[in-house]
Amino acid sequence: MKLDSTLNTHLVYGLLICVVLICAPHAEHLPLWVNSLSVVLLGWRAYLAYSDKPLPPRWLLLAIVAGSVGGILINFHTLFGREAGVTLLILLAALKLLEVRSARDATIMIYFACFIMITTFFYSQSILMALFMVATLLAILTTWVHLQSGTLALRPRFRIAGILLLQAIPLTLVLFVLFPRIQGPLWGLPQDAYASSGLDDKMSPGSVGHLALSDAVAFRVAFDGQPPQRDQMYWRGPVLLNFDGHTWTPGQRDAAHIKPKMDNLEYPIDYTVTLEPHNKTWLFTLEMPTHISVPAGMTYDFQVQQNSPVTSRLRYTAHSQLGYRANTEEDTRQLQRALTIPRDLNPRAQQLAGEWRANSGSDAAIMNTALAYFSREDFYYTLSPPPLGTNEIDDFLFGTRKGFCEHYASSFVFLMRAAGVPARVVTGYQGGEYNNYGHYYIVRQSDAHAWAEVWLRGRGWVRIDPTAAIAPARVEFGMAAALPESDSAALPLMVRAQSPGLINAPSWLINLRFNLDALNFRWNQWVLGYNPERQFAFLSRMGMEEITWQRMAFTMMGGMALLAGLFTLLMLRQLTVRNTDEAQHLYLKFCRKLSSKGIVRGTHEGPQDFAIRITQIKPQLAPAISDITARYVALRYGNQFDTGAMQALRRAVAAFKL
Amino acid sequence: MLAALRQQFRSWLFRPKIESGTVTLNQRRIFIIPTRQGIGFVFVLLVMMLGDINYSLSLGYVLTFLLGTTALMTMLHTFRNMAQLDIRAGRAESVFAGDMAQFVFHFHNNGRLPRYHLKLHDGNGHCVTFDIPAQQSVEIKLPLPAAQRGWLSSSRLTLFTEFPLGLYHAWSYLQFDTRCLVYPKPAAPQPLPASPEQSGTGKFIVSGDEDFSGLRSYVAGDALPRIAWKALAREQGLQVKQFNAQQGQALWLDWALLPVTIEHKLEILTRWVLDADALGLRYGLRLPDIELPPEQSTTHRVECLRALALCGLPK
Repeated sequence: MKLDSTLNTHLVYGLLICVVLICAPHAEHLPLWVNSLSVVLLGWRAYLAYSDKPLPPRWLLLAIVAGSVGGILINFHTLFGREAGVTLLILLAALKLLEVRSARDATIMIYFACFIMITTFFYSQSILMALFMVATLLAILTTWVHLQSGTLALRPRFRIAGILLLQAIPLTLVLFVLFPRIQGPLWGLPQDAYASSGLDDKMSPGSVGHLALSDAVAFRVAFDGQPPQRDQMYWRGPVLLNFDGHTWTPGQRDAAHIKPKMDNLEYPIDYTVTLEPHNKTWLFTLEMPTHISVPAGMTYDFQVQQNSPVTSRLRYTAHSQLGYRANTEEDTRQLQRALTIPRDLNPRAQQLAGEWRANSGSDAAIMNTALAYFSREDFYYTLSPPPLGTNEIDDFLFGTRKGFCEHYASSFVFLMRAAGVPARVVTGYQGGEYNNYGHYYIVRQSDAHAWAEVWLRGRGWVRIDPTAAIAPARVEFGMAAALPESDSAALPLMVRAQSPGLINAPSWLINLRFNLDALNFRWNQWVLGYNPERQFAFLSRMGMEEITWQRMAFTMMGGMALLAGLFTLLMLRQLTVRNTDEAQHLYLKFCRKLSSKGIVRGTHEGPQDFAIRITQIKPQLAPAISDITARYVALRYGNQFDTGAMQALRRAVAAFKL
Repeated sequence: MLAALRQQFRSWLFRPKIESGTVTLNQRRIFIIPTRQGIGFVFVLLVMMLGDINYSLSLGYVLTFLLGTTALMTMLHTFRNMAQLDIRAGRAESVFAGDMAQFVFHFHNNGRLPRYHLKLHDGNGHCVTFDIPAQQSVEIKLPLPAAQRGWLSSSRLTLFTEFPLGLYHAWSYLQFDTRCLVYPKPAAPQPLPASPEQSGTGKFIVSGDEDFSGLRSYVAGDALPRIAWKALAREQGLQVKQFNAQQGQALWLDWALLPVTIEHKLEILTRWVLDADALGLRYGLRLPDIELPPEQSTTHRVECLRALALCGLPK
């Protein structure tokens, strides 16, 4: 009943290892001072345990707590939110370790460690992290068993922890599949709950270019049937209408009542997108989508949007038509907006556009003139364009002539508008790389792209990609192929690997990366993306009818009980050892055969006496009886044990018939 | 009212049953409830679960489920840690009042599973912790204070375990018919009563000089006639003359010799029995209800002590 007043030094080491393991994954995103302070605190605790010195006084610890809280306030300007909260928890864990005196403190420490483990998943839920979690859990359980078993050696403790964990795995599987899922969040999430990287709804020079260096996955696509040509893969995202001379922003929301209209649809295609959370409302679809499996609406400028931001991995199937005519009858106000430019900026570009307008008969002709202009003149496609002045478009068109897709899209749309052709900027992703192992396409952040849309009478909004005029390879093979070599060397391996002409990494490495990505895809789909909808789909595919949460709970309990029952049987079997030996067991079977015919062996009767008596009753069975008796006596009272003899007895007893 | 009912229920559920022989702990004998820490852990899991739902952390679910099912399964591990143990009470050696009685229990583990961190305690904070290796027996001594002479029974003991994670408390009550004989506490060293022939007179008589064996320091309670006045006169301090009764002569340790209270009489008699035995004398013991004739042997000593322990008590 009484707890040890001083903790075993080895137990303190165990707790230290647990705290190090739970803090390690956080190290990369915590401020340097937090990492250093944690290392100092843990090192101090290890030294105190090693040298068997008393723990620091409480006032000192309180002073360190106050200092840490102050540091967090200065660093994050708040104590709440994800970053500040995790930092606080980690510092408290390190400090609590300096205060662990009794078994009760150690238990609290272990509970605390379990809790902090969960915060790791805000940052990463990869397969590697899952494996690391299992290892950490094993360390925690081993320490926990130590706490409850006093002097038990490391190896049996480790074994017990391993058994506990192994038994938990099948039960967890049942719970994971069947536990009725509730779609979060239950309360408002802090702004920084999800990291957002990806397209913004603003575009200015350099905003798409900075994404080019990221090989993070934006989404994955599996096509039903033949995938489209790469130069048809325009994944439509935010449409940008307003331009202030530097930044493009979306159009007004007051146009919500205008319905998008499409006709002359052709080349249908079906596909499933697994979208990584990007904390924005829009969903990416191939131009132009006609149907999508999740609740989402289409705006007047053909953007597919949800009501709430995508904060967890989202999977949807969509149907698109690659051939279309979009809004052949456009609202005049919208067209007016698509012609607006800041008149006081970029005079040379406006002058050039004016010349085009004067020399061309139609909007389409102006458009072609512009494209020809881009391909004829000395424009370069580069990731590192030189800086531009106030008149960005002028500086770019007549000065630097080096730019990324946003420069081309922006200046093209500006020229079109200046020439009186309604035009707008469309951002999104272009292309995608095929993963042979998983049979799907990976679209990375580096595939982010910007292009233009021009409204032509009778044809509606037509997609024009000015980048294709300068660097056709961008659209056909991907960015790495289109960039000059000096630029592409800076790209991450997986971005470079997309372009067949440019592979300079060993092929096994590329294959390995593709295999890993296929594994990650499955992981994301089945483990991380297992939400209420997916659970429903999976259970109905497994043949469960009428999926209600009661039914799921009932099945879950049943499954758990079944497994727990199985474990109970296996575990309790170890408690008793079968004592009756097999020879006796066989002989008793022989006696039962006789007693069923009324020949009962008396309690006083030895096997030999019994054999003599039954031979008198059943003389015809004498050879079998004497055989069985002799074998039994040899096995049970003889000195040697022999499996062959046992088998012979078993056969003889089985063959014995009355 | 409710408390009374609960008390009654508890006393019915855990009704005492005095065992003899070997007890095997089966599921009817083992009770199990979550500990305070176990309930605390459920709260930790609930908070984790809220976090998982709110932030849609799939791996968080996995972690919570792993911990939850582990916690659930430890119930079985805790139960198994004491199930199917064979327990037999051993002989408890007699002790003197004021010492610790060592109750002995033999635990046999018939299974292939080692048992860890079992604890045996009485209700008053006397506890012993032990492990039992697979297919082995261990002898566990539980020291309990022996305050009074007479029979000391082990009362109801509790065997419990919270292994492996301390989330569940599994226990079983053990009440064996084992008892330990507690002799009266020996009084402070006393001179033995004098000459066997004159015993019964109620006086201490100094025997002849030839029996004089030496002097020792005075101890409070020494009879006045035995004080060595001559030695005191020689300024050698207050000393008491010691005499050896002759071999072959029987010494009667008589209840009636002593003028003090019953318990004190018994304590002095115990001291005398021990001293007389140590000196190798033949001595007899006369108590109100029993008379043991003079003898000199270990058995005799044990019988005398037993008679003293149980004097006036039910046997």
